[in-house]
Amino acid sequence: MTAAAITEEGTVDIRDRADVVRQIRQLVVFAIVAVLTLVFWLSTEDAVIPYRLGEGEDVSTFDGAVALVLCFLLALVALGLAAVNRVPRGWAGTLIYLAVGLAFVLSFLIWSYGDQMTETPTALLNPLPGTVRLSTPLILGAMAGCLCERAGVINLAIEGQMLVGAYFAALAATVVSSATFGLVGGLVAGVALSVLLGFFALRYQMNQVVLGVVLIALATGLTDFLLSQLPRELNEPEILQRIAIPVLSDIPLLGPTLFDQNLLVYLMYVAVAGSTLLLFETRWGLRVRAVGEHPKAADTVGIKVNRLRWQAVLLGGAMAGLGGAYFTVGSTGSFDSNASAGNGFIALAAVIMGRWHPIGATLSACLFGFCFTLQAQLAFLDKIPGELLRASPYLVTLIAVAGFVGRVRPPAADGEPYVKG
Amino acid sequence: MKLEIRGLTKRFGDFVANDHIDLTIEPGEIHCLLGENGAGKSTLMNMLYGLLDPSEGEVLIDEVPRSFATPGDAIAAGIGMVHQHFMLVPVFTVAENVMLGDESVRGGVFLNRGQATERVRALSQQYGLKVDPEALVEHLPVGVQQRVEIIKALSHNAKVLILDEPTAVLTPQEIEELMQIMRELRDQGTSIIFITHKLREVKAVGDRISVIRRGRVVGTADPSTSEAELAEMMVGRSVKLVVDKEPSTRRDTVLQVEHLTVTDPRGHQVVKDIGFEVRAGEVLGVAGVQGNGQTELVKALIGLIRPDTGVISLDGNDISGHGPRRSLEAGVGYIPEDRSHDGNVGSFSVRENLILDLYRDDRFARGMALRLDDIATNAQERIEEFDIRTESDQTPVSALSGGNQQKVVVAREFSRPLKLLVASQPTRGVDVGSIEFIHRRIIAERDRGTAVVIVSTELDEIYALSDRIAVMYDGRIVGTVTPDIPREQIGLLMAGATDTGEERV
Amino acid sequence: MSSLRMTAGWWASAKVTLAAFAIALLIGAVLIAFSDEDVVETLPNLFTYPGDFFVAAADAIGSSYWAMLKGSLGSWHAIASTLERSAPLICAGLGVTFAFRAGLFNIGAQGQMTIAALIGGYVAFAWQLPAGLHLLCALVACLIGGALWGGVAGVLKAQAGAHEVITTIMLNYVAASVLLYALSKDAFQRPGSDNALSPQPLDTARFPSIGGVHLGVLLALLAAVLVWWVLDRSTLGFELRAVGANPNAARTAGMSTTVVYTVAMVIAGALAGLAAAMNVLGEGNALSPTLVGSIGFDAITVALLGRASPVGTVLAGLLFGAMSVGGVAMQASVGTPKELTAVIQALIVLFVAAPTFVKALMRFKDQGGGTTLLAKGWGA
Repeated sequence: MTAAAITEEGTVDIRDRADVVRQIRQLVVFAIVAVLTLVFWLSTEDAVIPYRLGEGEDVSTFDGAVALVLCFLLALVALGLAAVNRVPRGWAGTLIYLAVGLAFVLSFLIWSYGDQMTETPTALLNPLPGTVRLSTPLILGAMAGCLCERAGVINLAIEGQMLVGAYFAALAATVVSSATFGLVGGLVAGVALSVLLGFFALRYQMNQVVLGVVLIALATGLTDFLLSQLPRELNEPEILQRIAIPVLSDIPLLGPTLFDQNLLVYLMYVAVAGSTLLLFETRWGLRVRAVGEHPKAADTVGIKVNRLRWQAVLLGGAMAGLGGAYFTVGSTGSFDSNASAGNGFIALAAVIMGRWHPIGATLSACLFGFCFTLQAQLAFLDKIPGELLRASPYLVTLIAVAGFVGRVRPPAADGEPYVKG
Repeated sequence: MKLEIRGLTKRFGDFVANDHIDLTIEPGEIHCLLGENGAGKSTLMNMLYGLLDPSEGEVLIDEVPRSFATPGDAIAAGIGMVHQHFMLVPVFTVAENVMLGDESVRGGVFLNRGQATERVRALSQQYGLKVDPEALVEHLPVGVQQRVEIIKALSHNAKVLILDEPTAVLTPQEIEELMQIMRELRDQGTSIIFITHKLREVKAVGDRISVIRRGRVVGTADPSTSEAELAEMMVGRSVKLVVDKEPSTRRDTVLQVEHLTVTDPRGHQVVKDIGFEVRAGEVLGVAGVQGNGQTELVKALIGLIRPDTGVISLDGNDISGHGPRRSLEAGVGYIPEDRSHDGNVGSFSVRENLILDLYRDDRFARGMALRLDDIATNAQERIEEFDIRTESDQTPVSALSGGNQQKVVVAREFSRPLKLLVASQPTRGVDVGSIEFIHRRIIAERDRGTAVVIVSTELDEIYALSDRIAVMYDGRIVGTVTPDIPREQIGLLMAGATDTGEERV
Repeated sequence: MSSLRMTAGWWASAKVTLAAFAIALLIGAVLIAFSDEDVVETLPNLFTYPGDFFVAAADAIGSSYWAMLKGSLGSWHAIASTLERSAPLICAGLGVTFAFRAGLFNIGAQGQMTIAALIGGYVAFAWQLPAGLHLLCALVACLIGGALWGGVAGVLKAQAGAHEVITTIMLNYVAASVLLYALSKDAFQRPGSDNALSPQPLDTARFPSIGGVHLGVLLALLAAVLVWWVLDRSTLGFELRAVGANPNAARTAGMSTTVVYTVAMVIAGALAGLAAAMNVLGEGNALSPTLVGSIGFDAITVALLGRASPVGTVLAGLLFGAMSVGGVAMQASVGTPKELTAVIQALIVLFVAAPTFVKALMRFKDQGGGTTLLAKGWGA
């Protein structure tokens, strides 16, 4: 296994094991993609697929025959590069991964929508606006995770914060008859659960993983209890309306994707940009990250460790609470039992896959949002059982966490209560 | 600035860590605080720096009583501290670390990294502390990290600088450089409190010396006091600075290492084509500054890391890359450098830790069932034999003092027949009594015919135990010498100078 | 000396636990009061006739808690229901406990139970075997199903370093999808039906019943004894606990963390599989998407409440079983919503896991007791 050669001068030329593992991983992934794209290509007879760019738009068609071949060739080239261990590192490597990923998705879509023998074939609807919508709660939850964990507090309770956020957003919106005010309700509820998180984790040094699970159980129990107490008329909130931003929303493809969404989505943009700036370009962010990496070092230069952690936890709670509001005023309206349906856990996975960076977490969350959107669309096609499609985001996470992220490096003091002295 | 400590006392429950300590630090002096591990030096400094609240007593700065609730207060009063374990955020740059807590900002909010970088440059020029402000701290060697710590303290305008055991991680040359920096700082008016347990350094750089023992100041001395006298003040009895031992009677080769190369998890080659042998009844000392591949060499020897190339043969059988269990069963005993990290399970009882790598032995298990009675008997015997001070054998090992925790490891490793003993920093952070005890046991094990490898960054320890000394630098053995060679020469080897001049590639 | 100390520690610990219960029940009482219509009616006159409010509240709280107690322990039938409800909680809780001691936070009991129920359930309704043998086969199938699903998380942790909290959560969702998929196939559906519902397990595969309680309950208690023995008295348990407490020292001592993580998750999964057997072979439920309910998640709280010890887990499982049975009775007899029990359960665990808070609140002097569970982050 060890690839080594001792040259004549006596110096040793070694390929370290990490490099070998990296190559094997690339080989496996690219080989799988190559095989699948080949299967998609060979098993698709009629590659002409109908598609629509937006919900109101007309159906056009696209002949994917050439694309299928190109996708396969691309995967093959990547496989070849991996075989001779010439896949570049850094941004060029990322680009290759991205290209292979896109090739896979494209050939998969052509295969899925091709060969439809019906009179009125189902058209592929541009999945991007849906992706942005479904990613919104995930991203907001992931921002909560990033902020808390960068400060050194494990936030497993995102799911719980979302759940109370969803409930109180519905309640507030109904009481005031304003969907926008519902956002305030969700935000306040998220912060309230964060107060519990901070209180037990920071003040009483409770194990944060355990605390997270208990808070989720509490949030589930409490929202179910309140739901059973709540008259139906108090659970009929208005829904946030779409706001098309003038000019920007007219940009082809990007416009409807990014700039014809509801207020919550726009708030999400602000949250991502804000979190990134806050963490990496401000005094507060520098201190928060110091507290999460090496609290004692921060303490020795006069930084109040727990005060900063409190601030990060509360801000995170606000974001998760907003994210929760998506499940009521942001989409369906009234609150149902367990409305957040595991989105908080997926947000958590996005945080880890995104390596605790707001941008990375956002991209991971978008990947999940994309899977959700496709799954909802493809379910009509019957080519793959819907139940298995439903599992795809989770399988993607498993593969990502096991294969690519592996032993990640979280903030060094994540989950460790800080005790002076 | 004059710093005065009056009657400072710290109690933890019934335990008195500092007992009415009086000290005066005059402006512009290097004041040495000498004391062995656990004497209470760090507790005192932590009170001075606002990390611990004193139970009694007061601190005066220029005759004015001051109290420090937080390190921020201490910094504001002009006290700076370089901690033994660096207080640097590894993933931050030098400039970010230096500005932390007192950031350069634009518009009151946004970081001004350019200004911070300039500040570091200016300080590094003024005091001759070479460092790249934009480098990530985790990529810097420890000696440079220490410079960053000093710059950090100076950037907070420290008038009194506390250096807590600053030399532990440095080469003799780097120590000399540090002392030069200390003198320079003193001459520019900064007072320095220099905490150490090394007599030689105290004599070399100190203006005044205060000796602390068991939480009390037991005396003051000036640098002309002899080492033996200082040692007696520090320990409270006369100390033998050398270990009694017969010359080794070299027998057959037990351990043979050839072309050993090891890569660390980050992909850096840290052990480079090393070869050596150790015979039965011989102690090979591996000297070198921390971080030159000793840790990985040791881990490879006991099977914790799989080497990339090379052979580690014990009595002619290659044991490399087969995991620690294979090495243990082949008769390798191991005293790891960090006992609480690798040596003991802190929450386990003394009894359980004493069988941590013996639990499958027929003595302690019948099939899958543990033989609880025999495990208890074993614990009683080991505790007696090795004089482990513990309330009972059911006490969690983390409740024991450092020296006694180390004795648990030593007792366990010596309770089975060994062919090879690998001991890494066997007496780090251990009181003098335990040091003497552990050293005697290691020599006894040698005399029984075990081959011994001692890895230590303390030259005193290397000299005390070794029959031969191998010096490691940058992953290679740059020289193998006998203990009669002068310290200066080993110091040169530790810094990478080789007589043949064929070092780095 | 040392035994005296241990007694003191035990009492301090018990005192903290009792206080935690009291606080949780008190908060529960407030919720009961405000969910009661009679009490709410007195609210407008709270300041003029405060007495009415307190009488009504006391009545609501008293009758609710009494109904809960009577419903769970008031008759042999109630006790039998409590035992049968507790059995799966105990088994799944033991699975979480077992992994916990190896330093793994197993949130995957839900998925492990789902797969176990799927495989075991299939054997139970589709195979035709003589009585005893059929039960044995179905039981083993349950254990294998759970072990398989737990093992996946174990292998991912051991080989790829993937954090078990993430993988077990994801595996829960995957398992749910697998179950749904299976239930959409003819092989798993009732003949002639297109619903996501399987046939009933055959009687030959059911646990026999003794005095109104099925035999599985006994098996759950036996499992607890076995887990205790393995953890406390065996070399495997020694390795497991060492790896859980300090993986570095364990590795240095020649233990294989890879093997321990995998074995721990396989056994944890098998215990969750046993929990599924209680459901399928004990109560005889047919496979459906809601078969497992929330037992897998409740198991985590049960294990936390039981402080990751086998005895504690059994007691906590019995308590949660009783509360769950009692909660339904409470809703039926006095109309207090059964959802309340989930809130009280969460609060109990919250306070039990935060002994420092309880001590501060009750002004107990700190004399130890109430150890905090393993603290660890993502890195391990």
